[in-house]
Amino acid sequence: MVTGLKIAIVGGGLAGLAAAMKIAEAGHDVDLISVVPVKRSHSVCAQGGINGAVNTKGEGDSPAKHLDDTVYGGDFLANQPPVKRMTDMAPEIIYLFDRMGVPFSRTKEGLMDFRRFGGTLHHRTAFSGASTGQQLLYALDEQVRKWEVAGKVTKYEGWEMLSLVLDDHQVCRGLVAMDLQTLELRSFAADAVIMATGGPGLIFGKSTNSMTCTGSATSACYQQGARYANGEFIQVHPTSIPGEDKLRLMSESARGEGGRVWVPKADGDTRAPRDIPENERWYFLEEKYPAYGNLVPRDIATREIFQTCLEGHGVAGQNQVYLDLTHIPAATLTERLGAILEIYEMFVGDDPRYVPMRIFPGVHYSMGGLWVDFEQRTNIPGLFAAGECDYSIHGANRLGANSLVSCVYGGFVAAPSAIEYSKNVERGRTETNGIHQAELSKQQALNDAIIHSTGGENQYKLHEELGKVMTDNVTVVRYNDRLQATDDKIRELQERFGKISINDSNLWATQAIPHARQFKNMLELARVITLGALNRNESRGAHYKPDFPDRDDENFLKTTIAEYAAEAPVLSYEPVDVSLVEPRKRDYSKGKK
Amino acid sequence: MTQSEHLEKKKLENPPAQIKFKIQRREKEGAPAKWETFAIEYRRNLNVISALMEIRKNPVTVDGKQTTPPVWDMSCLEQVCGICTMVIDGKVRQSCSALIDDLLLASHSDTITLAPMSKFPNVRDLKVDRSKMFDHLKQVKAWIELDGTYDLGSGPHISNDLAQDRYALSRCMTCGCCLEACPQYGDDHYIGPQAIAQARLFNMHPTGSTNIEDRLNGLLGDDGIGNCGNAQNCVQVCPMSLPLTKAIYQTNRDITVNAIFGWLKK
Repeated sequence: MVTGLKIAIVGGGLAGLAAAMKIAEAGHDVDLISVVPVKRSHSVCAQGGINGAVNTKGEGDSPAKHLDDTVYGGDFLANQPPVKRMTDMAPEIIYLFDRMGVPFSRTKEGLMDFRRFGGTLHHRTAFSGASTGQQLLYALDEQVRKWEVAGKVTKYEGWEMLSLVLDDHQVCRGLVAMDLQTLELRSFAADAVIMATGGPGLIFGKSTNSMTCTGSATSACYQQGARYANGEFIQVHPTSIPGEDKLRLMSESARGEGGRVWVPKADGDTRAPRDIPENERWYFLEEKYPAYGNLVPRDIATREIFQTCLEGHGVAGQNQVYLDLTHIPAATLTERLGAILEIYEMFVGDDPRYVPMRIFPGVHYSMGGLWVDFEQRTNIPGLFAAGECDYSIHGANRLGANSLVSCVYGGFVAAPSAIEYSKNVERGRTETNGIHQAELSKQQALNDAIIHSTGGENQYKLHEELGKVMTDNVTVVRYNDRLQATDDKIRELQERFGKISINDSNLWATQAIPHARQFKNMLELARVITLGALNRNESRGAHYKPDFPDRDDENFLKTTIAEYAAEAPVLSYEPVDVSLVEPRKRDYSKGKK
Repeated sequence: MTQSEHLEKKKLENPPAQIKFKIQRREKEGAPAKWETFAIEYRRNLNVISALMEIRKNPVTVDGKQTTPPVWDMSCLEQVCGICTMVIDGKVRQSCSALIDDLLLASHSDTITLAPMSKFPNVRDLKVDRSKMFDHLKQVKAWIELDGTYDLGSGPHISNDLAQDRYALSRCMTCGCCLEACPQYGDDHYIGPQAIAQARLFNMHPTGSTNIEDRLNGLLGDDGIGNCGNAQNCVQVCPMSLPLTKAIYQTNRDITVNAIFGWLKK
């Protein structure tokens, strides 16, 4: 048996840790690079649960139904074979977490309990209170710590990847990363590199994402030749809590446990919600979608809430609707949703057990990401991707509680795939022939340019401008003229970025240089997202254009591929593998046949 | 919060036009600390993080002096990653969930004081290095031993009561509040409540209990559980309301039981 291969993993969330655990278990060595201690990765924010058709509720659920729900919910844009492989693997993934000691909520028999989530009629979501992502991440963190003690995993926490090290044949031989404390650059030679860096929510300024979700590292890969697929598909979560610093997520599990969305029937009704009688409330999701009700998929719920507020029916005429749990006993809510209700109370001051929550949609997830084949290989030999940073599973819209399972699945497929590749790759003399040193010099020069740049522009203000224009024009509703104007704006920001003056003269542990580098990369990905949207003249899943309101399978049942070029991203398209479930129109007003 | 407490919760009524932030600054570890004060315009719904972001954009002190932007850690902003912990008006807590209105209401002033935690190396300004907390987890072997990650079916049947008790301990986000508040923690002669609670978490699990001795052994040395002084500060400051003192008590009992029966087995 071959052992001792060296694989570098970038990102220590669920996908990265899942891959690290598998590689270490197979006897190989991992360098794990993460901007934050891995236990603080964005996976902690996932709340509601993890999907798998374990079928313990006597509902006749099956992986085949999970597959159908996922591709139907994704409006048929996902290649189906990897989705099938994931839904087949999902029950064993959940059982593995059970064996690792995750405190899943249980039934009276002592089995794992399952709840309902959006886009399905089955109880398929295993959960650990309402902080399931935190609990799953901790389980993998613990297992990887064991491998760290055993010497198989070396963590570089507080390091940020800046670029890949590619040889003359465009083969990935490692990466360059920066110590965020000292700003020291270092190259990490590896037989293969797995990207597991999550989503790019910060491109939109405020989102439900953590402050580490910049998309910077994936953008760096894209700029070095990795293909980026379906960038225009950005999920806007229907229920978030608007805040000054971010939009905090209010989990779909609130609706899974019976939460109802409504607005007062009379516009501008200023009565307290409990004083508004039942017959004066408009439960618009239940009325329009009798089969799925409040549990329609996210893209649909988001558009309905957005439209309701746009038409002036929002609570107090503002951009907010009620998400109401007050009809459910407080003790039940505390046990099953406690963590997320605390978040609401902490930040808004109202206790959702007694007062309906006020929520509005917020940017949440990227269905698009690095292009990968069915073995999680990118188009760059030696470079793999898993988790939210790859595009492979969710099509045009992700179902709730499918992200955790797709992250672990991605890591579990990427790990053996990277091992197999590493066993066979020709090594040559990549560590001594200068490619690492050349890349280091290039990255150091970029840092130096930022340090010495003078021109008076403020990097944080530029970022705010990007967030605003992207949120205004490239989220729920999209128009071609505004998308074009957004791209013009991004190019203007790129030009102004050349004139920033960093405002920190102390470079020790500075946030200014890392942020500047992240922001530069965000601008490149913002163009991919915007131009991908501009070019797709149809409406599908999360991508909605009023001027092209229908799904157009004839022209657009295909994956958008963006390739980097200095002038503008080059877009091309490839067909979607729909060999398992024939595309049909989505209709959530009726149950599926 | 009960319904009546909720309805009686006070709101800040006459907010000041400006809020001042007195921030402890340190260029790097080992450099001397100094204080600088900044002011920002009051807005509704501010938390400490959004105020720091505002200051970072244009770091000028109240005396009009251009200075370096304060550095702090932040990530999830939902009080679940633990990274943004600092000492705010003398109390250790997460800065994301520290709402300005509540702070002003509690202090009856227009100034908020921010300092780094004192029990960890101070990297710069409000940023600290908590890597020793992760070392503590290695010391107590805070994990379940698996035969392998291949498919072996589900785990053991577990009652919902046990699952909920374990969930309460499993929410620890390694933020460091309990260690900052503990009078005994600091000079490597006490591991602190954080790791003891995590040892307890795995000792309670049917599979985890098979390795209970390994975990308890990690707590027997001078840097283990022995020097808990029962001050109970930890349980007061824990933002996730972990039953820390109970976990310490139960772990001490496990050690005693194990010592007696371990000796009998020999």
